[in-house]
Amino acid sequence: MNGALPLIWRKFGERYDLDGNFCETCGTAFFPARPVCPSCRRRGKLVPKKMPKTGKIVSFTEVFTGPAGFEHETPYFIAIVELDNKARLLTQIVDSEKERVKIGAKVGKVFRKISDIDPEGPIAYGYKFKVVC
Amino acid sequence: MRSVSIIGTGCTVFGEHWNKSFRQLIAEAGIEAIQNAGVEGKDIEALYGGNMASGRFIGQEHVGALIADQLGLNPIPATRVEDACASGGVALRSGYMAIKSGEYDVVAVGGIEKMTDVGTDQAAIALGGAGDQETELFHGASFPALYALMARAHMNKFGTTEEQLAAVSVKNHKNAMLNPKAQFHREITVADVMKSSYIASPLKLLDCSPITDGAAAVILCETEKAKEICEQPIEIIASGQASDTLALPGRKNLYETMAARVAAKAAFEKAKLTPKDIDFAEVHDCFTIAEILAIEAIGFCEKGKGGPFTEQGKTALDGEIPVNVSGGLKGKGHPVGATGVAQAVEACIQLQGKAEKRQVKDAKIGLAHNVGGSGATATVHLFKAAEGRK
Repeated sequence: MNGALPLIWRKFGERYDLDGNFCETCGTAFFPARPVCPSCRRRGKLVPKKMPKTGKIVSFTEVFTGPAGFEHETPYFIAIVELDNKARLLTQIVDSEKERVKIGAKVGKVFRKISDIDPEGPIAYGYKFKVVC
Repeated sequence: MRSVSIIGTGCTVFGEHWNKSFRQLIAEAGIEAIQNAGVEGKDIEALYGGNMASGRFIGQEHVGALIADQLGLNPIPATRVEDACASGGVALRSGYMAIKSGEYDVVAVGGIEKMTDVGTDQAAIALGGAGDQETELFHGASFPALYALMARAHMNKFGTTEEQLAAVSVKNHKNAMLNPKAQFHREITVADVMKSSYIASPLKLLDCSPITDGAAAVILCETEKAKEICEQPIEIIASGQASDTLALPGRKNLYETMAARVAAKAAFEKAKLTPKDIDFAEVHDCFTIAEILAIEAIGFCEKGKGGPFTEQGKTALDGEIPVNVSGGLKGKGHPVGATGVAQAVEACIQLQGKAEKRQVKDAKIGLAHNVGGSGATATVHLFKAAEGRK
């Protein structure tokens, strides 16, 4: 699924620069951008917003059996990261010593290759995070 | 107010059916249910078939029509229902609503998944469709990884241990020993689970439900009519369903399943019952942590206490509230689209007192909890034995 070219170029702006949006009515940040604020609905006022590039680990797992396209990456860390503006995302944690990957650890965004399932197809790039202190 | 009862059930053996196809499995379960219901095919007015991913597993879509065709039920309306691993539970609810609305009196509900016609890697891709392709799967999150993130959050928040997770698996394997239709007939110990290899830490191989072929079916009937034609109808006294964000990061907490909590609350309110009134439950233990999240969301124990509650044997067959006496998804097997319907079948068998060695004593009210994906869909149904034909 990931390898299809239209899927890669169509809506991946957010993956390169953490482009999300922000509801000016209730002050909630969304990543990726939401078409409607679930709390304010039609009273919401959504404006584009770049997300902060740092946050902390809320939960993590070390994946030993990876799905197609990631078999050769194992073991690797997947985490839910809460960014400094409270928006959350799922990401890989890379370039970090194993013992530093824990709940509460501060992380920062890096830019990496995500997968290249199809040897003939496009390579997918995007964000990963690493422990920063 | 119209009420809905189950008047017939059918279920195949769960496991790896190398010699049976999708259509043979659903025909086997469907025919058993119709014969068991004591109705004729011509009495059935509509069909709902729960199936998650036949397109990816066997290259076949349009399986609502296929099921009606195989069961010789044309030209009744036949509809496929898909909500990932909750497809069966939502199909049951669809049939329930169709009778409740007054449109039909007799409806067939099936659930089916044929998963072993592809290799494990392809099966994992098919199952991955239950998560968010763009924000989860794209980044390398397997399904065990998503539940592992919930497990770690639960352990961090409440002190749940890996041994407590293992206790779920041990119990469900033990229960499956007593279920002739279960995929596994092999008792395991906490030590076995602990030494099985990590799939996505803290979840290990023996924390995960298997890949399974299987089908289940029930015949639903308006309750007054059911009492005339059936000796032991089982009334569906409430049906709750709820949704949550498709992807995990959008949720308020990782250590609880909001949709299941809302669906359970809706069902309890409709039936004017509380968790204390339930005698047994079939819950969605696709991973061990999922059963702990389930019993907390339903309210069998306090939030955060599911681990010790399980470890103390309170969810065992002879415990305070027996959970997954069928063996659950872990022991009985998890043909994803069939699971929600198979849970209803188990509820009927228990309430009719026909569960033999795994019979829950004095079972009066049963509950079934079915979940799609990492919790974005949840259904909760409550069942009670109705007075039947003398």
